[in-house]
Amino acid sequence: MATQHSRSAARLMMAPAVILLLGWMLVPLIMTLMFSFKKYLPLRGGDLGWIGFDNYVRFVTSSAFWPSVVATLAIVGGVLAITVVFGVLLALLLNQPMWGQGIVRILVIAPFFVMPTVSALVWKNMFMDPVNGLFAHLWKFFGAAPIEWLSQASLQSIVMIVSWQWLPFATLILLTAIQSLDSEQLEAAEMDGAPPLKRFSYIILPHLGRAITVVVLIQTIFLLAVFAEIFVTTGGAFGTRTLTYLIYQRVLESQNVGLGSAGGVYAIILANIVAIFLMRAVGKNLDA
Amino acid sequence: MSFKTSLHAATAVTLVMAGGAFAETLTIATVNNGDMIRMQGLTDDFTAKTGHEVEWVTLEENVLRQRVTTDIAAKGGSFDIMTIGMYETPIWAKNGWLVSLDDLPAEYDADDILPAMRGGLSYDGTMYAAPFYGESSMIMYRTDLMEKAGLEMPASPTWDFVADAARKMTDKDNEIYGICLRGKAGWGENMAFLTATSNAFGARWFDESWTAQFDQPAWKETLNFYINLMNDAGPPGASGNGFNENLSLFQQGKCGMWIDATVAASFVTNPKDSTVADKVGFALAPNNGLGKNSNWLWAWALAIPAGTQKEAAAKEFIQWATSKEYIELVAANEGWANVPPGARTSLYENPNYKDIPFAKMTLESILSADPNNPTVDPVPYVGVQFAAIPEFAGIASQVGQEFSAALAGQQSVDEALAKAQALTVDEMEAAGY
Amino acid sequence: MARAVTQRRKIINTAVAWSIGLLIFFPILWTILTSFKTEAQAISDPPVFLAFDWTLENYSVVMERSNYMRFLWNSVIIAGGSTILGIIVAVPAAWSMAFVPSARTKDILLWMLSTKMLPAVGVLYPIYLIFIKLGILDTRTGLVIVLMLMNLPIIVWMLYTYFREIPGEILEAARMDGASLKEEILYVLTPMAVPGIASTLLLNFILAWNEAFWTLNLTAAKAAPLTAFIASYSSPEGLFYAKLSAASTMAIAPILVLGWFSQKQLVSGLTFGAVK
Repeated sequence: MATQHSRSAARLMMAPAVILLLGWMLVPLIMTLMFSFKKYLPLRGGDLGWIGFDNYVRFVTSSAFWPSVVATLAIVGGVLAITVVFGVLLALLLNQPMWGQGIVRILVIAPFFVMPTVSALVWKNMFMDPVNGLFAHLWKFFGAAPIEWLSQASLQSIVMIVSWQWLPFATLILLTAIQSLDSEQLEAAEMDGAPPLKRFSYIILPHLGRAITVVVLIQTIFLLAVFAEIFVTTGGAFGTRTLTYLIYQRVLESQNVGLGSAGGVYAIILANIVAIFLMRAVGKNLDA
Repeated sequence: MSFKTSLHAATAVTLVMAGGAFAETLTIATVNNGDMIRMQGLTDDFTAKTGHEVEWVTLEENVLRQRVTTDIAAKGGSFDIMTIGMYETPIWAKNGWLVSLDDLPAEYDADDILPAMRGGLSYDGTMYAAPFYGESSMIMYRTDLMEKAGLEMPASPTWDFVADAARKMTDKDNEIYGICLRGKAGWGENMAFLTATSNAFGARWFDESWTAQFDQPAWKETLNFYINLMNDAGPPGASGNGFNENLSLFQQGKCGMWIDATVAASFVTNPKDSTVADKVGFALAPNNGLGKNSNWLWAWALAIPAGTQKEAAAKEFIQWATSKEYIELVAANEGWANVPPGARTSLYENPNYKDIPFAKMTLESILSADPNNPTVDPVPYVGVQFAAIPEFAGIASQVGQEFSAALAGQQSVDEALAKAQALTVDEMEAAGY
Repeated sequence: MARAVTQRRKIINTAVAWSIGLLIFFPILWTILTSFKTEAQAISDPPVFLAFDWTLENYSVVMERSNYMRFLWNSVIIAGGSTILGIIVAVPAAWSMAFVPSARTKDILLWMLSTKMLPAVGVLYPIYLIFIKLGILDTRTGLVIVLMLMNLPIIVWMLYTYFREIPGEILEAARMDGASLKEEILYVLTPMAVPGIASTLLLNFILAWNEAFWTLNLTAAKAAPLTAFIASYSSPEGLFYAKLSAASTMAIAPILVLGWFSQKQLVSGLTFGAVK
């Protein structure tokens, strides 16, 4: 009786969130799907009628398509690798006894509070500029020729900027996870003479598995949508045109809403392929 | 100050009473260029004269374009006045998206607007946007470095002379680069410069039947010349340099020559910002002896989206901001060198403006650009550094990325041109040409 | 002996951690320092670190040019409003998922997260047209709604994982004592979940504050937050590093200060169920 009651109450309580998100997903999705089958050119009069799968064919057959998928995966993969590896190391370090731990933590999490636009502008102009940037001064100081970061190492530069923004997030979650680790277990292992590397790979890393999956999942959602960092720094040039950026070019620069919408549908498909892999992993972990 | 304010207030009252107009609040989208920022600072004068308030939406150029285009295409009505250029005006006017500006009162003296500017901002003979300032492009060069190189700049140099001078002026150990040119990808960045340059080399975007021409030798020659020159005499990271980056390099004294917008002349000769203010000379953009110079024609102009309920007030603002009186107002506050140039004939007849070192060359550059016959061979489009068709911005942005990658050494000139040709053909096909 | 080793290790730890911390923080520090330089000093070669003529000129230029307070206020309202609204919608949902789980709970949760995968730029025109229809273009209401919807999945998930860690027996005991569902949530669950709710609130406030696509594209003058303020200082004509730094500092300072003061709360709940 009570369960029956609370079940229907539960459903009722879930309703607002579910209905809102369903609307937020379905309305734009249906409109995007509709536009994607149309010749829709705002600068040439708007809706010019149905054209079947033309937009879909044109979008994938464009020479920009596959490179953009590769660039997307490279940025997501690169940032994930850097933030997880350095996040674990940093979390281990921050978990050690030291003076001023609170202040160090404040310093480390600060980049997470910086707007993507601001961080992209600051990195691009004040650090990566090949003439006036700080890196250029540093390189010159050591007698080396300054690197043209955003053209010669464009993808790496963007991965670096985005990693800087997301490293704090990964570090924090991983740090919380490490702190929850049973310290007696670690001490016992230390007593038994297990070397640090063994302790790390047999006790700490398995314990962090769940936290790492969470970091990967949350970051992937945000990283697939990375836009401001590219818009501000390279504008999609030098092989940094991601799928999101390609859609931006189609919709806003070329003002071809139909073609861009077809691209949007592809992006949703790609995101879901990535998501299925991720959620399998996380789904398992959510039960544990 | 308080006297001035009360005086303004008094004028305001009189004007509002006389006109019987309601005080409105106008929302104006504009670009964060120096002249527009100056205009924002002077808005009080407009409010005092008309009673209308102004809300500014000041955005970086790329963001502005994306914002205003979305808004006007979707009929969002977010803005009462938009700052647009010569590229957008005829396309939007053709769609019926802009309010005609032919009915401005006689004292506005629309005939005083430079014919080249008025022509570029008209569609079917009707003006749809009023030029706030106009520009062409020209060579700005360091007189001291030119002398040191033992050369003398002719009034209308050839590309060969410019290239030779650039290589001679270059002193990379001391961070002096002979020539700074745009390399940053974008239809309004490197493609504006390269399209204008290609005109001098006899290249064109499309032939008369709208076939893309990047597979023709003239484009190859243009691009090879540009990339070789930049490799020898350009600054590092040139593929990321647009107008602003080059301006800052030139002001720091790191460029021997810079070919860019004529409006930059007032920035590089302003001793407050420029370390080389007294050592700058000017010359017409280079040519190749084929009868076309490499200079473009552009205007930042104010236009009213059709459907705004504040049309009357918006027109009052445009009259104010693009009037002769506004020029005098800026001159009184900031000096004649800082008035918005290139829009009105009377400015160049004004004795106060004659002493400005770059005035003559600016006017000559503007007059020598011909948007209706931009190229050596005939073309079906209007526009010097662009083709005024809706597809151009999208295509040129992507072509610009290919050319920028070629400048960065990531692909050869042939590869860049092949990709440019393929994507242009593809987009033109999609648009139904 | 053992003590000495620990002491030495502590010194090394401190040195390494502080160096890395300062390295990570350096871009922000450099931006703040640059904001107090003149434009010429901002690009001087070699760069000056502290020995320059400190000036507030950039800040006064920025204040004069833009109505900073309005941008700031819009940011506060939009980020705050969307977060609070999101929490109001999410608490009941997360509660029911955590305490009355059904076979489909996990699927619903994952589906909610997947709604975040729709690329924003692909749906700009549809959303723009809807906003025009509803008359909420360039209004704070419109942005509060959009950002709330954007962050709702994250909010629900964070709260869900946090609620799950609360032992169900306590709720049952309350129920035995005759507490109604409302009372149960208000007086039993909520106080226990305060750390979780606080960190959810903070994280989503940060995410909403920094969102730069919708806040830029759906606003003009009235509702524009700090992201739009920054867009008027990126790459203007002439030297701009110092002014850009001042504007950047002004845009990030409020959230940075808030983050620092509340970092304990933020960290304590930021587990996403990753800790067991």
